[in-house]
Amino acid sequence: MTHVELDPGPTVTEPESQPLDPAGTGSQRGTPEPARAHESDGGLSESARAPEPDAAATPHDTIDHAVDEPVFATRGLSVHYGSAPAVLGVDMRIPAREITAFIGPSGCGKSTILRCFDRMNDLIPGARVDGEILYHGVDLYGPGVDPVQVRKRIGMVFQKPNPFPKSIYDNVAFGPRVLGAGGEMDEIVETALSRASLWDEVKDRLKENAFGLSGGQQQRLCIARALATDPDVLLMDEPCSALDPISTGRIEDLMHELKETVSIVIVTHNMQQAARVSDRTAFFIVDLTAGEDRRIGRLVEYGPTGRIFTNPHDTRTEEYVSGKFG
Amino acid sequence: MSISQGGEAAATAGTARVRAVLAVKPRWGERAVLGSLVLCALLSVATTVAIVVALLEPTIAFFRHVSPIEFLTTTEWSPLFSDPEFGVLPLLSATLVLTAIALCVALPFGLGSAIYLSEYASPRTRGLVKPTLEVLAGIPTVVFGFFALTFLTPLLQDVWFLPGDPPGVFNALSAGLVMGVMIIPTVASLAEDAMAAVPHDMRAGSFALGATKLSTTVRVVVPAALSGIVAAFILGVSRAIGETMIVTIASGGTPNLSFDPAEAMQTMTAFIAAAGIGDQPTGSVGYQTIFAVGTTLFAITFLMNMLSVRIVRRYREVYE
Repeated sequence: MTHVELDPGPTVTEPESQPLDPAGTGSQRGTPEPARAHESDGGLSESARAPEPDAAATPHDTIDHAVDEPVFATRGLSVHYGSAPAVLGVDMRIPAREITAFIGPSGCGKSTILRCFDRMNDLIPGARVDGEILYHGVDLYGPGVDPVQVRKRIGMVFQKPNPFPKSIYDNVAFGPRVLGAGGEMDEIVETALSRASLWDEVKDRLKENAFGLSGGQQQRLCIARALATDPDVLLMDEPCSALDPISTGRIEDLMHELKETVSIVIVTHNMQQAARVSDRTAFFIVDLTAGEDRRIGRLVEYGPTGRIFTNPHDTRTEEYVSGKFG
Repeated sequence: MSISQGGEAAATAGTARVRAVLAVKPRWGERAVLGSLVLCALLSVATTVAIVVALLEPTIAFFRHVSPIEFLTTTEWSPLFSDPEFGVLPLLSATLVLTAIALCVALPFGLGSAIYLSEYASPRTRGLVKPTLEVLAGIPTVVFGFFALTFLTPLLQDVWFLPGDPPGVFNALSAGLVMGVMIIPTVASLAEDAMAAVPHDMRAGSFALGATKLSTTVRVVVPAALSGIVAAFILGVSRAIGETMIVTIASGGTPNLSFDPAEAMQTMTAFIAAAGIGDQPTGSVGYQTIFAVGTTLFAITFLMNMLSVRIVRRYREVYE
C-alpha cells in the first residue's frame, strides 16, 4: 500500500508526467499538511498518492519498514549555492539499518544532498538549504538544532581517505575526545577498530602515524574514526573511488556487517557497487532544461535496488542503469 | 624478390628518418637557465661562508688578548675604555630581555592573527587584512625606533602602574614592545601560509566528527601546520635577536646586567652598531671586539636554529 518511489505512477509509458518543473516542485511539495505526513509518504506528488498498487513493488521488499521508521525523511529539499540552484525538490524517506545508495551522473547533486544529512553544507560559504530533513522526526535545519550535535550522531566518510596526521590511536580517539566522552578510551578505540575490521592489522602499531597505512586501510581507519562516537547513521561519499578493487571489496563487506547496527547512505559513481551493496537506490539526474550553464540536480526515482536495476519505471533511469548515458 | 628489395629500401629510408628525428639537439637555453639558477643559489651560500670567514679571523685575534672564560663569565663590559673590561654578559642579558619582551608580543598576536585569517575570516576580510598586515612589515625599523622613543616611552611613563621606578627615556620595555609589533606580520603571514596549506579534507573530517571550529583549529589545523608555525616563530626570534635600529634608538647605549625592563640596556647588536660607526682603528682590540660579539651573536642564532629544527622534526605531524 504505502511505498516510497517518487515516480509518479506505475506507468512506464508516461515518464514525462513527472513534476519536474522548477516553479512547481519546491513550493507545492514543501508544505504538506501534517495529518497526511504519517500515513502516506508525505511529500509525494498527486499521482503517487493514488491508492493504485505499484505493480513493480514486490511483496517481500522492505518498503513498509522503511516508511514506518525512516531515519531521514526529506520534503521539498533544495540546495542553492549563492543564487544558483544545485538540487531542487528532493522528497525521500531513507530507511533505518539499511544501505541506501545515491547514483547518478556527475553534477546531479547526490553528494550535495548527502552533505545535508549532517549539515556539512553549513561549511560551504553561500550554500543555502531549503525544505525539511526530518531525522527521526526532528528537522535538522530547524531552529535550535546544533550542527555539532547533529554531526556527533551522524558520521561521515569522505571520497579521499582523510586521516589526521596523528597516530592511528589518536585518529580513532579524536571524536570521543572532542566530544568529551567518558569511559575507557583504549576500549573505545579497540571496539571502533574492530567494527571497521582493522584491529588485527593495526593492533601492534597503534602509536604509528596513520599515513603509514595503505589507502584502503586509511579509509577503514576513517570509518573506525566515525564509528568511535557510536553514530546512528554513516554517510559515505564515494568511499571507494580512490581505492583498488580488493580494498573496495573489503569496505563493501564491512558495510554489510555495519548495517546490522547503523543506517548507511552511500553516494557512488559505480553502478555495480550500488547494485552489490545497497538495499535501496535513488537515481538523480542533471536537469539542463534551465540552460546548459544552469545544472540542476533532481531525484528521478527511488526504490528497492533490485527493482531500480531490473525494472525501472522511468526511462531515464533505465537508460542510465543500462549504460546508455552518464 | 623485387618486392622484398623495395621493402628493404623503404625500411632503410624509414630508419634514416627516425634517426634524424631522434638525433641529439643541444638545448642551450635549458643549460643557460640551469646555470643562472645555480648561480643564484650559490650567491647566498657563498655570502654566508664569506661572512663566517670574515668574522673568524678578527675573533681569533681577539681571543688571543682576552680569554674566552673572562669574555663569557665576567659582568663588566667597557671594551673601549682605557681600562677595558670584556665581560659580554650585560650585552647578552640585554639581548635576551629584549627578545623575550618582543616575543611575548609577537608570538601570541602573530599566531592569533594567523588563526583568525586562516580559519575564521571571510575571504573578503582576509584579502583586505593580510596585505595591510604585510605593509607593517615594510615599515623601516628606524621609524619603529622613533615611534618607541617618542610615543610609546612617554605613554608608558604616564600610565606606569607597576611596582618600581617608571621607565626612563631609554628603556628595554618600550623598545621590546615595538620590536614585537614589528615582528607580528612576519609571524602572522608565515604561520597563516602554513595553516592555509593544511588540506581542507582534514578540517572536514574533524567537523564531521562533531568538532567545533575551535577544537578543529587547535587539535587538527595547528598541529598539522606546526612545522610551518615553528618556522615562523624561528624567523621571528631571529629578527628579534638581530634587530638593531629600534634598540639602538630606544633602549639606550649603556651596558647593564639587569633583567628590569624599565632600565636602559645595550644589546649585542646595538653595541656592534655603536662601536662600528666609531673610531676604532683597524686591528685594535676594540675593533676585534666588534667581531667577537658578532661571532657570539652568530653562534646563538645558529644553535637556536639547530635546536628548533630538531624540535620540529620531533613534534610535527607529517601529512604528505
